[in-house]
Amino acid sequence: MNEASDVGAHFKQPLLTTPFHERERALSQVDSFVPWAGYTTVDVFTNVGQEYFAVRNACSVYDLTPMVKYRIAGPDASRYLNRLVTRDLRKLKINRVSYCVWCNDAGHIIDDGTVFRLDENEYRLCTAERQLDWFLDSAIGFDVQISEVTEQIAALALQGPTSCAVLNKLGLAGVERLKPFEFGWFDSSGMRIMVSRTGFTGDLGYELWVDPLHAVALWDALMAAGRSRGIRAIGSRALNMVRIEAGFLLPNLDFVSAESSVRLGTSRSPLELGLAWLVDFEKGHFTGRRALLEQHRQGLKRQLVGLDIAGNKPATNALLYTDRSGSKEIGSVTSAVWSPTCKRNIALAMVEAPHFALGSTLWAEVYLSRELVWERRMCRAQVVDKPFFAPERRRVTPPGDY
Amino acid sequence: MVERRAKFDCIVVGGGHNGLACAAYLARAGRSVLVLEAAARLGGAAATREFAPGFRVSAGAHLLHQMPARLIDELQLERHGLRWAAQSMPTAALAAGAAPLLMDGERLDGPATPADVAAYQDFRSQMGRFAAALHPMLDSMPPRLGTDRWSDRLSLLGIGWRIRRLGRRDMRELLRIAGMNAYDLLTEHFSSTLLQGAFGFDAVLGSNFGPRAPGTVMTLLYRMAAQHGAGERGLALPAGGLGAVSDALAAAARAAGAEIRLAALVARVTVTNDRVTGVTLQSGESIAAGAVISSADPKSSLLGLLGPEHLDTSFVRRVHHLRTRGLAAKLHLALDGLPQFGGLPAAAGNARLLIAPGLDYIERAFNHSKYGEYSRAPALELTLPTVSDASLAPAGKHVLSAIVHYAPYELRGGWEQHRDAFVSGIIDTLEQYAPGLRGLVRASELLAPPDIEREFRIRGGHWHHADLALDQFFAVRPVPGATQHRTPLPGYFLCGAGCHPGGGVMGIAGRNAARQVIALADNA
Repeated sequence: MNEASDVGAHFKQPLLTTPFHERERALSQVDSFVPWAGYTTVDVFTNVGQEYFAVRNACSVYDLTPMVKYRIAGPDASRYLNRLVTRDLRKLKINRVSYCVWCNDAGHIIDDGTVFRLDENEYRLCTAERQLDWFLDSAIGFDVQISEVTEQIAALALQGPTSCAVLNKLGLAGVERLKPFEFGWFDSSGMRIMVSRTGFTGDLGYELWVDPLHAVALWDALMAAGRSRGIRAIGSRALNMVRIEAGFLLPNLDFVSAESSVRLGTSRSPLELGLAWLVDFEKGHFTGRRALLEQHRQGLKRQLVGLDIAGNKPATNALLYTDRSGSKEIGSVTSAVWSPTCKRNIALAMVEAPHFALGSTLWAEVYLSRELVWERRMCRAQVVDKPFFAPERRRVTPPGDY
Repeated sequence: MVERRAKFDCIVVGGGHNGLACAAYLARAGRSVLVLEAAARLGGAAATREFAPGFRVSAGAHLLHQMPARLIDELQLERHGLRWAAQSMPTAALAAGAAPLLMDGERLDGPATPADVAAYQDFRSQMGRFAAALHPMLDSMPPRLGTDRWSDRLSLLGIGWRIRRLGRRDMRELLRIAGMNAYDLLTEHFSSTLLQGAFGFDAVLGSNFGPRAPGTVMTLLYRMAAQHGAGERGLALPAGGLGAVSDALAAAARAAGAEIRLAALVARVTVTNDRVTGVTLQSGESIAAGAVISSADPKSSLLGLLGPEHLDTSFVRRVHHLRTRGLAAKLHLALDGLPQFGGLPAAAGNARLLIAPGLDYIERAFNHSKYGEYSRAPALELTLPTVSDASLAPAGKHVLSAIVHYAPYELRGGWEQHRDAFVSGIIDTLEQYAPGLRGLVRASELLAPPDIEREFRIRGGHWHHADLALDQFFAVRPVPGATQHRTPLPGYFLCGAGCHPGGGVMGIAGRNAARQVIALADNA
């Protein structure tokens, strides 16, 4: 046995730590960590409410490093990606980002992610779950190299109204000129930082990508620059609140990945998930196109919609009915939250046809625990437009100085 | 924009026997048809060509025994020039330095015990009943699985009914043996190793198996069912070699109005709005058509001519993983005289000769191929076509044509390095059965799987385009999503040996593909 080597240490400590872990550990007051894609990550630093309001009213720092990143490069990279995802990527310019989904042959969604065009023939694809097998199978017949680069890039999401001001203070000259879904390269005290105007909060915000060697320095510099702008490290719990407000989906909560689901009928198409705007039938062939076209022709049996629910108790996992007596079940809630900013009790829900039409009234079966005494309430719910929260400032370039 | 009429209703890619049969049936149904053949001659792997000055041979398949008599009649191939040099040929299982076993229909002559003779007759007649029951399965298009269409259900019911109609005893036996391996079945029936070897060789001919491999009874049944369609003619040798079959098919297609172009290499199938619009040739010429039917192997047809960008990921993965590596080689010898195979009666001079003296012999030959080596003592199927057809060689000279098992596509060290040693080893083997043969050899030609790949444009150089095995057979051949001759791309069809019922010169895939093209157009 080679005791000196750390080979094999993974089974004693199966979760990896991100390059920011030391700083996060120091800030954690409630010791609340959760696993994400093989890393230990912060669920809550101090208090969910405080972290939530940092995103909406000041700015937040969230450790994105576990986001799985792939480098896709080669002469066929563009053709490859255009056949992989449902969106038309032929129009994606260098230094631009596109939010995409990809499907299996049956047109069922495998995952979503963001595609960064780094160069003519080089892309980065960021996604929540590991997909290398699918990406390699999709590469049969294409001259393209695909490699996972997750551990080679440390990433932070800086999100919220004051985020641009913080980056300016950090000395990133011209960062305010980045348009939504654009990225650029910036230098700050010896660090080369890739900054993209992207995020998972539906608000003004950026994502910062650096060499892991610079991770701690970047964290410290950001915290120092943001002190007067209300900067705060946040965990996944607060992020989940704001992403529901923004109407964004999470795999394994709002849908299951088609290639890993085992039960028939549980996987969903992008049309069913309300992502028809990401599906371009005119761009040429992509995996799942024929199946999606057929589904489009036949009409949807169900769709993911936004709900506005009476009361203030989140309708987590609630079953949905046509009437108050609960005689006919027509769907269920996938994600729910009381939105402190909108002052609405909101949810994302998968609803059967024809009840997913905008304005339909449904009833949600909500369970409440009052000191372990359970009550069941039927709450009126209305199908409403998404996103629930979409401030104008998320789009304005240059952003205002908040 | 004015819409231009497609010039042809159908383009058939590849002028092999299936492509030509497909073209003939389409043209007879009134379709305008263009056949595009990459080579300068027709026939694909059913062709006759010169391999040494004055010596001609069937370059690929060298016997005709699986083409349904009905197809030959329907297309009037005899009227279009098909003649027979030999029919109902016997098979001789050779033994080194001993008398061979001669199998001629019901008759078994040679060194066999009375028990083996009886067992031979029982086995032959039982397998004959099975073959008759199973032949319709090979002859027709298999159903799609998991659909709720009545045609598919009826087709499945039909199979069940035909097996049930065999009667209780035969049905039980068929269900018992269907999943067995040839070794177990044949040692159950026969004590003669020559007899075991002869049937065992038929069970593995053209497949990546030894006789102990699971599923080899199925491949034996498959071969017998396919031969059932040939009827009384049995094993036959067309006058002028297998190329004569292709010539007759081409004549039938032309007579029905089909146009055939040689040296027209199709570079790709063209697609607009997810529908086939025609083909583009290597020369740059584009030809429009409403339907394109490819007789090329599935990988060439789908991943090459069409391209993965028109197909879904999992479908492409299935095609990519088709087992298409060939393992049979073809050896042609130009001989200065007729070789004397010891103990072979003169009357059986035109027999199909097998060098497979026992199941262990074949299994040992197979062992090498598992590790990327060629067989040191290969199993062989030989024909001496010049015995019945003198036109193939100069007067008094002869041709020997051999299918050689096993010669793996991916030979360790490469074929160029081992080619001469392999040929020399085959001739050594032959010398043991026909002493003096080596001295008669004037010229030789070996087609190893990479040569077959190059000459006949079959990716992997596999006789059957893809292995015949349970997972690549019947309703899932070549892969789910490309069965019943259809591909995921509307207007693009497959008609080659990669389709059901597979390789061998049958023409059934070509005929059924034509029927499918016509049926879908009629329903559209």
